[in-house]
Amino acid sequence: MNWVLVPQAIITGVLNGSVIGLIALGVILIYKSSEIFNFSQGHLVMLGAFVTWWFAGANEDGNEILNFPLGLAVLAAFLVALLIGFLIERIALRPMSGQPLLSIILMTLGLAQLIEGLVSIFFGIQPKSNFPAPIARTESFKIPFAFAFQGNIFIKKLLVIAFLVAVFGMIVITIFVKFSRVGLSMRATAEDHELARSIGINVPRVFGISWAIAGIVATAGGVLLAMLTGASLSLSTVVLVAFPAILLGGLESLPGAIVGGIAVGLAQELVSTAKLIQIRNSSEIAPYVLLLIVLLIRPEGLFGQKRIERI
Amino acid sequence: MAVMRPAGDYDRSYQEDKSYIRKPWQWVVLIASIGVVATCPYWGTPYIITTVNRIGYTIIAVQGLNILTGYTGQISLGQAAFMLVGGYVSTLVVTHLGLSMFLALPIAAVGAGIVGLIFGLPSLRVKGFYLAMATLAAQFIIPWLTKHAFPEFLGGTEGRIATPVPQIGSFLFNEPARFIYITLGVLIVTTFIAANITRTRLGRAFIAIRDNDLAAELLGVNLFGYKLRAFFIAAMYAGLAGALKAHYQRAIGTEFGYSLTESIVLLGMLVVGGLGTNIGPFLGTTFIIVMQDVSNVVGSSFAGIMPPEMTARLLTSFRPIFFGLILMFFLIFEPRGLAHRWQLFKAAWRLRPFSH
Repeated sequence: MNWVLVPQAIITGVLNGSVIGLIALGVILIYKSSEIFNFSQGHLVMLGAFVTWWFAGANEDGNEILNFPLGLAVLAAFLVALLIGFLIERIALRPMSGQPLLSIILMTLGLAQLIEGLVSIFFGIQPKSNFPAPIARTESFKIPFAFAFQGNIFIKKLLVIAFLVAVFGMIVITIFVKFSRVGLSMRATAEDHELARSIGINVPRVFGISWAIAGIVATAGGVLLAMLTGASLSLSTVVLVAFPAILLGGLESLPGAIVGGIAVGLAQELVSTAKLIQIRNSSEIAPYVLLLIVLLIRPEGLFGQKRIERI
Repeated sequence: MAVMRPAGDYDRSYQEDKSYIRKPWQWVVLIASIGVVATCPYWGTPYIITTVNRIGYTIIAVQGLNILTGYTGQISLGQAAFMLVGGYVSTLVVTHLGLSMFLALPIAAVGAGIVGLIFGLPSLRVKGFYLAMATLAAQFIIPWLTKHAFPEFLGGTEGRIATPVPQIGSFLFNEPARFIYITLGVLIVTTFIAANITRTRLGRAFIAIRDNDLAAELLGVNLFGYKLRAFFIAAMYAGLAGALKAHYQRAIGTEFGYSLTESIVLLGMLVVGGLGTNIGPFLGTTFIIVMQDVSNVVGSSFAGIMPPEMTARLLTSFRPIFFGLILMFFLIFEPRGLAHRWQLFKAAWRLRPFSH
């Protein structure tokens, strides 16, 4: 390891990981209420980024239709994501209730393909590097630190903003799930569908709400990532590292998603500080190696509950 | 075999009970369809010949997936990565050891099978989407390895190497019209093996695991052993398919259609055809590949009437849209696939003109 690079890697890893954790939260919300593992979350993230980009009016050929400031564009994209979340639940997932796991997984995979196709038709296949950002991408804080490379740690300001937004989003979601009425009914549904139904909770509506929230969370994650790297179709693949984060933290634990996300972010960054070039190159697959190790040693994750199967 | 048969259609001997092809018309259909494929270099257009080749080697990969997912009930998102392994093994064996491609095929199958075993190991402890995750890891790790490990053999970061043309004596299989005979031959063998796996002890154990793994274990099925066997067989089939694909395309590399999307498409073909049926991979693969070509045609005809700056996005985006819609449509309205539809059709035809 190049020890001088480690302090920088730790900070970048934690900041990056918080965004991954936020995206992982969306998957866990859906899983907790409806036991559907949403493989299309990555594509929802990409969709959110593109929709925001479109609302912000940064069209590549110059004929701007809408020209919202970034904040308004994000709000409009949230609204779109909310509708799409409800629609997906109503049209695609509700007919699948009671179907075997494989069919449900394939349904979300089919959905992912559909979203990819629609995005590339509406927004084009070229990456959008002109995604609006509140401040320039190159601006960064310079923190003197004796053990770091050349005595300084550089932190991109945008990354700090992304971190703060992600933490804020996580806190909002946690409070919402813990204390609000809808959140309470979501937790009740997660515990037992039939019991929830018998005390008057509208279970399908709860599923719809959790999909809508997941859509909004995905859009938020997409905007944060796109601010850093620009919106492109490959965002959906980049975001797949949220899945190792989820399994690492445990499938049903909200704090687990955050810890898992940060662990994945750290793994990616720390691997790239290695001296050996072969290991340094492996930062893109480091989360998946981590995933395999977790699956072999502790399949229920760090914070997950061990399931006792009743026959 | 627990095949639903109408009343009055019974077996008179063990020979008949064991036979796969029961009726004269089935022999006619079988021989006619093999004949049509085998003679298509003489009557087909180049498009038909290449499409038949593509369908042929894809069916082999889907058959492997069918054994793993359809019969054993284990989800795999890594079939395309195992194809990549097979393609590389076959290419390296032919290039560096100088063996004939026909010897390289079984070596590629075994090589891919061993890699499949490694990624099947988590199936000891996890199932469902946890296992899907483990195979997803395979789908990312294997292509990465082919890009970064042993650059002098595997082509390095560019990630592609040329695959030699197969030959017998001095006869080169250098055109799709000639390669079709290799594809067809391998396909017949794999179909025969797949059909027989499903009705032996091995296949019955697979089905028991799929239907209820706890019950299967209580009945004495060694869960881990049989799951690993399923992974091994599925990866072997993928390896064969990948080797054929590599020799057909005359190159192997990560960018020639071995991505996660390809793995998902293979699963989609299986579901559209019908999980856990022997005819399913044939129907599903043919249907999806034909629909992919239809989507390309639709895309390009749209591109003709739309403004030119839309052309690029229209050409590439119809394929995932068609695939996603077809997959979702089948999952909602016909989860048992085209094979089930075919059974219904046969039943309806048998009772004609009396519907009940």
